[in-house]
Amino acid sequence: MTEQRIKWLELGAFDDIPKLGSRRIELDKMKIGLFRTASDKIFAIEDKCPHLGGPLSEGIVHDNCVTCPLHNWVISLESGEAQGADKGCVRSFPIKIANHRIFLGVSKLHEESA
Amino acid sequence: MKKESLVIVGNGMAPGRMLEHLLDNNLSYDITIFNAEPRVNYNRLMLSPVLSGEKTYEDIITHDDDWYKKNDINLHKAEPIASISTENKTVTSKNGKVVSYDKLVIATGSSPIIIPLPGHQLDGVMTYRDLDDVDRMLTVAAASRASKEPLKAVVIGGGLLGLEAAAGLAEQGMQVTVLHLMDTLMEKQLDPSASWLLSEAFKHRDVAVLTNADTEKIVDRGDGAVSGVILKDGRKIPADIVVMAVGIRPSTTLAKDSGIEVERGIVVDDQMQTNILDVYALGECVQHRDTCYGLVAPLFEMAKTLADNLCGTESSYTGSVTATRLKVNGIDLYSAGDFNDGADRQEIVLRDASAGVYKRLVLKDNKLIGAVLYGEASDGPWFFDLLKKDADISEFRETLIFGQAYQGGAQLNPSEAVAALTDDSEICGCNGICKGTIVSAIESGHTTLDAVRAQTKASSSCGTCTGLVEQILTWKLGDEYEAAAITPVCGCTHYGHDEVRHLIRAKSLRTIPQVMQELEWKTSCGCAKCRPALNYYLVCEYPADYKDDYQSRFINERVHANIQKDGTYSIVPRMWGGQTSSKQLRAIADVVDKFRIPTVKVTGGQRIDMLGIQKEDLVPIWRDLGEAGFVSGHAYAKGLRTVKTCVGTDWCRFGTQDSTGLGVRIEKFMWGSWTPAKVKMAVSGCPRNCSEATCKDVGVICVDSGFEVHYAGAAGLDIKGTQVLGHANTEDEALEIIVAVVQMYREQGHYLERMYKWSSRVGHEEIKQQIMENKDKRKRYFDRFVASQKIAQVDPWTERVAGKDRHEFMPLTVVSPAKVTHLEVVR
Repeated sequence: MTEQRIKWLELGAFDDIPKLGSRRIELDKMKIGLFRTASDKIFAIEDKCPHLGGPLSEGIVHDNCVTCPLHNWVISLESGEAQGADKGCVRSFPIKIANHRIFLGVSKLHEESA
Repeated sequence: MKKESLVIVGNGMAPGRMLEHLLDNNLSYDITIFNAEPRVNYNRLMLSPVLSGEKTYEDIITHDDDWYKKNDINLHKAEPIASISTENKTVTSKNGKVVSYDKLVIATGSSPIIIPLPGHQLDGVMTYRDLDDVDRMLTVAAASRASKEPLKAVVIGGGLLGLEAAAGLAEQGMQVTVLHLMDTLMEKQLDPSASWLLSEAFKHRDVAVLTNADTEKIVDRGDGAVSGVILKDGRKIPADIVVMAVGIRPSTTLAKDSGIEVERGIVVDDQMQTNILDVYALGECVQHRDTCYGLVAPLFEMAKTLADNLCGTESSYTGSVTATRLKVNGIDLYSAGDFNDGADRQEIVLRDASAGVYKRLVLKDNKLIGAVLYGEASDGPWFFDLLKKDADISEFRETLIFGQAYQGGAQLNPSEAVAALTDDSEICGCNGICKGTIVSAIESGHTTLDAVRAQTKASSSCGTCTGLVEQILTWKLGDEYEAAAITPVCGCTHYGHDEVRHLIRAKSLRTIPQVMQELEWKTSCGCAKCRPALNYYLVCEYPADYKDDYQSRFINERVHANIQKDGTYSIVPRMWGGQTSSKQLRAIADVVDKFRIPTVKVTGGQRIDMLGIQKEDLVPIWRDLGEAGFVSGHAYAKGLRTVKTCVGTDWCRFGTQDSTGLGVRIEKFMWGSWTPAKVKMAVSGCPRNCSEATCKDVGVICVDSGFEVHYAGAAGLDIKGTQVLGHANTEDEALEIIVAVVQMYREQGHYLERMYKWSSRVGHEEIKQQIMENKDKRKRYFDRFVASQKIAQVDPWTERVAGKDRHEFMPLTVVSPAKVTHLEVVR
C-alpha cells in the first residue's frame, strides 16, 4: 500500500474530540472510534473490542490506551492490541491532522467496499 | 582572481551564525547583506530579559558595526530587498540599488501571526517579535509605573513567546492576563502535569491565566485605542495593550514573487538549496522535509550546513530534534523530543511535591526519546544530549531520572509527602489530631501504631487514617518501623484509598492533576481505575467548587444511561418510592412505541426499565419522558438508586407507619448524590418487611413506636442481612440518621466499596457511636450532605435535552457507501 493510494477522508475539527475523550464515526457499515489522548494525539481504531465487541469509543482514555466499557479490557490505541494478559487485536487506521481538521486514511476500506 | 559574490537577504541570527562559520573557514566571498531592520545583528532569544529589564539592547548585540567593517562585509541597514531576478542573478532593493550575485542566501525569517480579529488594527495592539515590539512595550510599562493604577495588558497566546511576554510585562509592574485557546499552557511542548504547574506558577506571580479562552474581538475605547477584549463566551477583559503572541509564519513573499518554490516556507533540500541553482535559504523562512522551525538550535544547525556547502565541503542537514526552555525568571522548564505515550514506550516519572518538581522521561527500546522537566531543569541538556545521541541507557536506567550527578545514587523516600505536611495538618479527622501531635508522641517514645493510638487517639476511631499515621512513623523512625502493607489504589500510586482521601483534605488538593502531582503519581495521567476514584473524592470533598471531570467518569455516568452488551442503552426513569400513575405509564408506553424499544422490564427496585435503546435516541426519548414529568432514575450511578416501599398505612391492614410517604421523602431528599458505590434503600411498613429492607444498603422497618433504621445489607455478590443502627421516634429523626450515615459513608468509603464493606472495615460500633450517640457529629454529617445536595440535584436528562454534552450523543461523521467511493485524494 503506497502513500499515494491512501485517500484522506475529512472527518471534522480537531476540537470536536474532547481531550481524553473520543467520538465515533460510521463509515459504510464499519464503526470507527476516534480518540484524543492527554498529549493531543488522535488515534482511530475499529470501535469493536476484540473480546466481546464492546464499543471502545465509550471507554475511558488513559495514556495511549482505552479501557473497554463492557469488561475493562485495555486496548492500545496505537496498535489495536489488547494489553496485559488479554489477547486480541482490533484494526487501526492512519490519521493525519492538517489545519486543525482530522483526516482518516481509508484506502483499504475503499478497496473492500468497492 | 575576483572573489565570488555572496548576497544575503536578511540579517537575523541564522545568517549571523553562518557568517561566523564562513569566516572560520577563511573563505573569501565578497559579501553583501541587506537588512530590513535598521540595526546590526542581535540575539533575539534575549528579548525577554530586555523586556523584563534585566538586559539592554547593547547587551544583546552579537555583531556590531565594527565587526562587519573588520571582516569587510558590506551591510545595508534598513534596506529591504524588493525583487530577485534568478535569471540575471541580481537583487534589487526598495531604494533601487541593484547588486548581482554568484550565490544568494535568503534569510527573511518570519513574521508574527496577527489574528484578523475585529479591532486588531487598534492602537495598543502589538506583537512580540523584535526590538521595536519590546520598545513599544517598555514605553507602555513606563507609563504604567507613572500612573496611579497599573495599566492592564492582555497577552493572546499561552505558548513560549506569549508566556515570556506576560512574565516580562508583569515584571514591569503591569497587570497581565494571558488568554490561551487550548485547555493547557504550552500544550505542544508540555504534558498536562507540567502545564498545570506552569499555570500555577504564573498565577503566583499575579498573572491571570485563562484557558479555553477564544477571543472574539478587541474593543475600541472610542478614540481608536484598545480598551479590552471580549471572549466568545462573553467574558470581558479590560486592557490598555493587547499583545498577540500566537505564533510565527515564515516570510516567503519575496521568494515566492521571484519564482522560488514555496509551500508553508521556502522549500529547501538537505544542502539548504532552493529549487533554483545557487539560491539558498535558511532560518525561520524555510521548510525542510515538511518542517518549519521557530527555535534557534535548528537554525544554527542549518547555518553550519549551509556554510560548509558554500565552502565546498559537502554537508547535509537532516532535520532537528528540538528542545525548549522557558526563559522566565524563577521558572525552570525544559522540554525536548517526543513525549507522547505509546505501547512500545515506557515512562519514568519523578514528582517531588514539596519542591514543586516534575520530571518525565519517555523511553523506547532503551533509548531516551523525550523529556519534560519542571522545577529543576539543570539536567535538561544532559538528557537532550542522550536523546540526540540515541544513547543506550539500559546500564543506568534505574537512576537515569535523578540526572547526571546521581548516577548510581539515591533511593526515593516514600514518606516524602507526609514529611512535607505542616505540623498543623489534620491527620485524624475523627479525633481532630494534627501531624505535630503525632510527631511529638513518636519523639517521646511511642514508636508503634498502638502506642501512638493510645497516646493521641489518632486513627483510633474509623481507622481510615491508619496508613498515614504509619507513614509518619516510617518517616520519623526509618527502618526501625515496619508498616503494615497498604493496598494501593492502582498501579499509578503507592498510596491506598484512605491515604489519598486524607491527603486531598490535608493538603487541600482541588483538581486531579494537582492530586497526581502532589501525591507523586507514577503515571502522567492515571488510568481507568484511579481517575474515576479521584474524581469522586474531589466531588465529595468540594461539592460547591469542584468541576466534575467528565472524562474520568465511566460511560454510564457520562451518558446517564446503562450500556448493554450490544452497545445499546437501557434507561430507568425515576418513580418516587416505586409509585407510578396512569399518566406516567401512558407516557412510557408512547415512548416505547415511538422509538420501537424492544424490551420493557420491571426491575427489582420497583422501577420500569426500557432496554435496547440506540444512543442517538436517548435525548429525544428523555425529551418525551420529561414532558410527562419524568427525571433520571440514576440507575447507572454510583449514587442513590432507588427507595423501595410497601403501601404501609395507606392500604395495608398491618401497616404501622406511612412507609410509602417516608420512602418518597427520603428519595426526594437524597436523589442526585454521588456515593462511593451504588446505594439502594427500602422502607417497609411493618416487620413483615414486604419491601425487603433488610438486605439493602439502608433500610427502614416501621414499627408502632417509630422507625428502626438498618444499614449495611447486601443481596448481590454477597448476601448479608442489615445491622440495626438505631431507633427513631419520628420521620424527621429517621431521615437525619439515614442521611448522616450515608454522608459518613460518602466521606470514608473507598471508591466502588459498597456500604456493607465499608462498615465491616470501619466497624459497626464506631459508626453507631458517631451516628447514634454523638448527636452533634450526626448533625454535622447531615449538614454537610444538605450543603452538597444544593448543587447535586439537577436532573441530568433535562440538562441534556437542553443541549448539554451534545457531542456525546451523536457520531462525529456518518459516511454513506456512495460517498466512500468518491473520496477526494489529499496527497
